[in-house]
Amino acid sequence: MSGVPLSYLHAAGQRADTILPLTWFTLIVSILVCIIIAALLWSGVRRARTGGGAAETRAVTVEPGADGGRWISLGLLISAVPLLATLIWTMVAIAATSGPPAHPGLTLDVTGHQWWWEVRYGATEPDQSFETANEIHIPVGVPVLIRLHGGDVIHSFWVPALTGKTDTIPGQTNFSWIEARQPGRYRGQCTEYCGSQHAHMGLEVVAQPPADFERWRAAQLLPARAPRTSAEQRGLAVVEYRCGLCHEVRGTQAGALAAPDLTHLMSRRTLAAGLLPNTPGNLVGWIENAQDIKPGALMPNQALTGEQLTDVQAYLESLQ
Amino acid sequence: MIDATAAGTGRAADGAPHGRSAVLAQPRDLPVGPMGRKGLGLWGVGTLIATEAALFSYLLFAYYYTGAAAPPGWLLESHPSLRLAVPNTIILLVSSGFAWYGETGVLRQRRSRALTGFGLALVLGTLFAVIQGFEWHQRPFRLGESSYASLYYITTGFHIAHVLIGLLVLAAIFLWTALDYFSPRRRLSVSAGVIYWHFVDIIWLFIFTTYYISPYLGFGR
Amino acid sequence: MRAVDFRSPTIGSDSPEHAARLERLWESSRGLKGFLGTVDHKQIGIRYIITAFIFLALGGIEALLMRLQLAGPNLSLLTPEQYNELFSTHGMTMIFLYASPILSGFSNYLWPLLLGSRDMAFPRLNALSYWIYLASGIFLYVGFLTGNGPNDGWFNYVPYAARDYNPGLNEDFYSLGMVFLGISTTIGAANFIVTALRTRAPGMSLNRLPILIWGTLTASAANLVVVPAVSLAFFMLWLDRQFGTHFFDPAGGGQPLLWQHLFWIFGHPWVYAIVLPAMGMVSQGLPVFCRRPLVGYAIVALSTVATMVLGFGVWVHHMFATGLPGLGLSFFSGASIAIVFPSAVAVFAWLATIWLGRPVITTAFLYFSSMILMFVVGGVSGFMTASVPVDWQLTDTYFVVAHIHYVLIGINVFPVLGAVYYWFPKMTGRMMDERLGRWNFWITFIGFNLAFLPMHVTGLLGMPRRVYTYPDGMGWDSLNLITTIGSFVLAAGILLFLFNVLKSLRSGAIADANPWDAPTLEWSVPSPPPPYNFAVIPTVASRYPLWEGRLGGRGSATSLDRGMLLESGKETVATSSMDATPDMIVEMPEDTTAPFALSIGTAVLFVGLLLKTWTVAVIGLLLLSAATLVWLWPRRELREREARP
Repeated sequence: MSGVPLSYLHAAGQRADTILPLTWFTLIVSILVCIIIAALLWSGVRRARTGGGAAETRAVTVEPGADGGRWISLGLLISAVPLLATLIWTMVAIAATSGPPAHPGLTLDVTGHQWWWEVRYGATEPDQSFETANEIHIPVGVPVLIRLHGGDVIHSFWVPALTGKTDTIPGQTNFSWIEARQPGRYRGQCTEYCGSQHAHMGLEVVAQPPADFERWRAAQLLPARAPRTSAEQRGLAVVEYRCGLCHEVRGTQAGALAAPDLTHLMSRRTLAAGLLPNTPGNLVGWIENAQDIKPGALMPNQALTGEQLTDVQAYLESLQ
Repeated sequence: MIDATAAGTGRAADGAPHGRSAVLAQPRDLPVGPMGRKGLGLWGVGTLIATEAALFSYLLFAYYYTGAAAPPGWLLESHPSLRLAVPNTIILLVSSGFAWYGETGVLRQRRSRALTGFGLALVLGTLFAVIQGFEWHQRPFRLGESSYASLYYITTGFHIAHVLIGLLVLAAIFLWTALDYFSPRRRLSVSAGVIYWHFVDIIWLFIFTTYYISPYLGFGR
Repeated sequence: MRAVDFRSPTIGSDSPEHAARLERLWESSRGLKGFLGTVDHKQIGIRYIITAFIFLALGGIEALLMRLQLAGPNLSLLTPEQYNELFSTHGMTMIFLYASPILSGFSNYLWPLLLGSRDMAFPRLNALSYWIYLASGIFLYVGFLTGNGPNDGWFNYVPYAARDYNPGLNEDFYSLGMVFLGISTTIGAANFIVTALRTRAPGMSLNRLPILIWGTLTASAANLVVVPAVSLAFFMLWLDRQFGTHFFDPAGGGQPLLWQHLFWIFGHPWVYAIVLPAMGMVSQGLPVFCRRPLVGYAIVALSTVATMVLGFGVWVHHMFATGLPGLGLSFFSGASIAIVFPSAVAVFAWLATIWLGRPVITTAFLYFSSMILMFVVGGVSGFMTASVPVDWQLTDTYFVVAHIHYVLIGINVFPVLGAVYYWFPKMTGRMMDERLGRWNFWITFIGFNLAFLPMHVTGLLGMPRRVYTYPDGMGWDSLNLITTIGSFVLAAGILLFLFNVLKSLRSGAIADANPWDAPTLEWSVPSPPPPYNFAVIPTVASRYPLWEGRLGGRGSATSLDRGMLLESGKETVATSSMDATPDMIVEMPEDTTAPFALSIGTAVLFVGLLLKTWTVAVIGLLLLSAATLVWLWPRRELREREARP
């Protein structure tokens, strides 16, 4: 990922590719206009009598001056050119980017929640269906249709390198679509104010070569790996009993749908919607003290004993 | 009427002798204070009506917007009963007629006509409000039932609030006429109040058409 | 003297007896009755200006706290809740409690003086609009200061604003407070419209209206019809929250987007309403310092109206990301690009006025001319967001924050600061310190641009809006630090401005009636003006009455020395709407505390609604109604004035 992960001055996908030249065009036109107006203003003001106050103002006689109307007309005429060009280019770009693509190779359902992203694959085919959170994998070069659902309040789905923003609104389904040109990790962010942790509702789109994507998908389809050690066994019990109140781990008793799916937790690079790298230390810290890290998040601090914490950690880290 | 004589000093306003002579407004016989229908107060009522009309158009916009986006079955009554609404509409329109009649009474200095007109307008307006209240009571749905219900009650509710204010206005006009405050020339308050009452009636026609007639025309079903 | 129905007004000139008589008729009462009951537009205008500046300072402090929190990544000076309330209250304060009232204040003060009249058309309504503004501002701030300030941004989208997600009183304060404030805006707008169309000096036909009138008049006409949209939206929100209605919640068949439509149908015209009068102030003052009339008066006036009219048709550009169909997007995108046209007319007119004039640099001139550049910067960033696909990337990032601050500070605050320098002598009889003014200007100008120019880049690099903190490694750190530093420099500039105002009030050079040798009618009366403004009602013959001799032309001259005296009572003249021929003598009201009482009643009503204490609400309603009845009670002496045969 680049040093400026959310910049939209570079594009890595079809839809963003269409938008970017228009962005640059309008930006350059805008900068030029500012420079020209600044120059006009400066040369006009430069001729002024300086060091003035009321007396200096009165000292300069009032004169009717030249009509000047044609300068307004000239200005309007010159302005019309970039305005018209932008208008036409905009209409073309709207047509090209509105989408959604006629034949998407993949369809996802993304639901915005306070403050995480629920991602469901294969919603229409139960045996191909699985859920993950905050990290979206797509095959390179394939148009991907994303159906956007409103979970609670309005959020906005945005991955600047790949596509512009589309809101998730309760009561309706919106559509976005992305197609990555090359493999890579692309940062995204919620961009509609949605409450106290709006600042920490990021996501990642991972574009992979099709073969890698298929491997990833196949792995995600599998249920959770059975516990192998006694620590993992004990951890599973805690997870089912406590975490299962909100989270799902497919293949176990933990089956609630209010929070991110943990079945393949360790396959994700970050925790808490892009806030923390997914390391053992961060994982434990998050479970213990989510409220310090992301105050207001809907995950309460878990008052687990030290032993329970170790066991849970052991189990969760087995969920590759 | 302005009498624009060049009765100035022969000097221009800033003192420079330019052969410009001052134009001077020398009107004859200007009315002092509001006279008949001419007065600032009527313009004021005009702005009030503009802003209130805008309010009602947004209420109706909300209805059409929500209804257009709603799934079938949004209308809680696909054929709203006109049994009370049509007579009630007529009652309101007739009350407007009486208000107009009362105003002519003031214009012709016939106090009894004025009081009859305003009085009957007041009675019929009150009857409208009572019948509307009864209609509300009879409705099978309450405010919090659905978006349709909420919109129905808030729209008719805002209207009834305007009716109630209009009734207060009519009552005030009635009282002031009885106390002999008005004459054919000095009666701007009467004109303003009656115009307001007509406005309340016209708004009702729009609401009536939207809530009671448009379902029959297929909207929202 | 026998009271009569018709009168031919006495024509004459001013004299000491005449002035003394008018002074007695027009001066405000003394003591508390005068303070609470004045209907003098000049006093009301100054109150508006002072109150608005207080809110500007409060909003500024809120901004500085936010900038401290954002000076670096992952800071924890503020909790998320505190930050979220701060940014929401900052937006509400600046946009509703400062930006419009300050322009109302200037317009209130200046309009009768510019129009050659002795007061606004409805002086008591004028007083009412101020008291309600003050009361609603206090209402809203009580919310903020008790930890119940708005917390969903200034545009307050549902469902987050609904009770499920926002159970506290925050949104109730905001909703009811906004309905409350809307009353002030609406009656102010009504007053401006009737004043502009009916109480001008004889001879001031529409083509001779000072250009500032066009700006505020257009804004008022718009406000009159769009404020109900936002008041309705907030009222519906309050009902959804407190009475279980379903206007906006999808579970009950409501539409979250209905909120956005109603809000932006109001919101977009509103942002034009808070800049067009300020543009009018620049059009009014800049030519004075260029020693020539404004270039293109007619086209500037018409473009003001055209901008506002087009402004009604672009509101969806705030909603481009909400999933609307392509056809709608294209229409609103096209309209948003088209609106650049009429907005640009003023820029070219101002540049031409400078180029074709003989400019003199004063502090006021610096503010009026620098705003041209900032207008353009704000305008082009707006132009960029008008294009839908580009907006899909730009929206909700700091690029838009940069845009809104360039248009709001550049097209509202800078003209306001210039207007203070320009009209301070008229309002107070003293000149502001020019040397301090230069320091004030440059510090403000540099601070503002240091803070907000880099913000465009911050936005292009993807920083989202309304975030209480940001991670490091996003490429935003140094830019945010620069913005924070700039904002403090800007604050220092504003402080210096306030210092100059206070110092000049005490010890500024005494100003005569027309220190700038300016052309319009307000400069023909003493500084500060007497309570009656004009001893003799002027008869206007041109657009620039005090420059007539010097602008050539063969027409007649404005009569300032001789005219209607209107001294039989507290009187001014009403004129026809197009040609301004006199058609009525208007009797102006005396000081009265009815507006104040009405505001108290309204405040009590809203407190009752907020707390859902119906007894209190009913008491408020009764007080409100009683005050209204007292106010509107007819005057028997009018009736008894029938000319007896």
